[in-house]
Amino acid sequence: MSHGRAGAPELKDSLGATPDALADVLRRRGVSRRAFLNYCSLLGALMALPPALVPRLAHALEGARRPSVIWLSFQECTGCTESLTRSHAPSVEDLIFQSISLDYHHTLQAASGAAAEAAREHAMKENAGKYLVVVDGSIPLANPGYSTIAGISNKDMLLDTARGAAAILAVGTCASYGGLPKADPNPTGAVAVADLITGKPVINIPGCPPIPVVITGVVAHFLAFGLPGLDDLGRPLAFFGERIHDRCYRRPFYDRGLFAHGFDDDGARKGWCLYKVGCKGPVAFNACATVKWNAGVSFPIEAGHPCLGCSQPDFWDGGDFYQTLAIPTENVAGLAMGAMAVGAGAGAAVSALNTAKRKTAKKAHETVTIENLEKPKEKAET
Amino acid sequence: MTSDPAMDLLMWARGPGFQIATVVLLFGIVLRIVEILALGRARDLAPPKASPAQSGLRTVFSRFLPRHGMAMRSPVIHIGGYLFHAGFFIVLLFFGPHIQLFEEGFGIGWPGLPSPLIEAVTVISMVALVAVLIARVRDPVRKLLSTFEDYAVWVVTFLPFLTGFMAVNKLGLPYTWMMALHVLSVELLMVVLPFTKLTHAVTFLFARYYNGWVNGRKGAAT
Repeated sequence: MSHGRAGAPELKDSLGATPDALADVLRRRGVSRRAFLNYCSLLGALMALPPALVPRLAHALEGARRPSVIWLSFQECTGCTESLTRSHAPSVEDLIFQSISLDYHHTLQAASGAAAEAAREHAMKENAGKYLVVVDGSIPLANPGYSTIAGISNKDMLLDTARGAAAILAVGTCASYGGLPKADPNPTGAVAVADLITGKPVINIPGCPPIPVVITGVVAHFLAFGLPGLDDLGRPLAFFGERIHDRCYRRPFYDRGLFAHGFDDDGARKGWCLYKVGCKGPVAFNACATVKWNAGVSFPIEAGHPCLGCSQPDFWDGGDFYQTLAIPTENVAGLAMGAMAVGAGAGAAVSALNTAKRKTAKKAHETVTIENLEKPKEKAET
Repeated sequence: MTSDPAMDLLMWARGPGFQIATVVLLFGIVLRIVEILALGRARDLAPPKASPAQSGLRTVFSRFLPRHGMAMRSPVIHIGGYLFHAGFFIVLLFFGPHIQLFEEGFGIGWPGLPSPLIEAVTVISMVALVAVLIARVRDPVRKLLSTFEDYAVWVVTFLPFLTGFMAVNKLGLPYTWMMALHVLSVELLMVVLPFTKLTHAVTFLFARYYNGWVNGRKGAAT
């Protein structure tokens, strides 16, 4: 783990002013030091940092200059932005989010048209090599015209903006893995951010949408310690290191073999495991079961609905939402009957051949007499 | 097609892979049974000395127990064999996700066993399989009698246990990969079953009945 403060110093916002330290911004917004330290402890705990590193995280965050962030929205539903901005304001996460210098975000910014694009270009120039690019949505490759911003195709804008970035955060399953736009048959030829970016760190923060504190947590980690450790799918291990199933409060019911078989049966009312109604908890890596949603109120399984596995690549194409991954996707009853019928037929045919062979052998059989066994005399002499 | 090769493999294993395996398994089993039954036997004109059918049925069950004195002569093979076979059926029939599979296929489900118990049984079964393999290799007679097929079916039987255990316990490859490999390993077992010694899963009934039947005719107790 790098303890450098990548992307932090000497940033300038879109107006060219050197931004304040994060601590000043938070203080001005009425966030007490106690609340700030609480948030740092929470983040430290979530990311499984050793307790000794929490003061370091707090110190690093306090001193961090507001990073310049360019937020690119491609083929998306704005749910990721909604998740973050409407999470449970006003909260520290929310304020951390507001305390970044969000120089371009076409849903949130006041400017439009040429002025908006000018803000992006200005931020890129002023903070070259230091700014963060956040992407939500996938990029269509089948036809650049499927999704454009100010006449620029998503692919061109991503490659252009990413060139001077310190790192790229792919927020949401669409940006991370292609998501819903990429669902079979993928009419727009949608791809993920990591499919197009080479030579720059890409951090995937999947989820449909991702958990707000996970997004800010990754930003905080990046400011304090640099790039977090990632798993094989490019996700920060701190938040995506365990399956929903591993931390699910209904896990004891799974282990005891107590399942709900529908949404209105006895098991469902008793709050038993939702595995048999299609819960993807055993394959989904995310922090929902520990961090939860809506300021820690609950998460889907707690609300009685199976996990859809939305933080996994192509969760949309993983078969029926309400069937487990253990069962076949195709009905094999007809095939099974056919296979047995053909097997019986083939067996009968082989048997008929065998019988015919036996009969031929029987016909060809000659009775052996005692004379046959005697050695012919002329042969014995030679 | 998805962008995740592990998910692609899992979806193939759950779809076409499972279809192929089911077709081969059922085709093969029915083919073998018809072939064996249609072989027939020459008529025995001698009057039976006892009831052959009764003796046949009795033998089907009596041979679930080891022959007198045999268990003590080769304890590893006997104890290991029993542990493995019992473990195989417990894990197959009483693990939650497996029951879900049967429920989907046959429309009937039954209560499962606690997963820690299933995991313990899995480990015991694997240890038993390793023990019988060692016993096979270390005994010169058994080693001489063993062919490539014997070792191959051992591997094919062992793999579903290993991959299933690894998938559940997040060992080795990421879960989706392990899950896909687990399903594929079971499909491999299904495909080779009718055409190897593993056919005994079905033919043991016929073999035992026939042995008992023959002995019953001769008036010999089995």
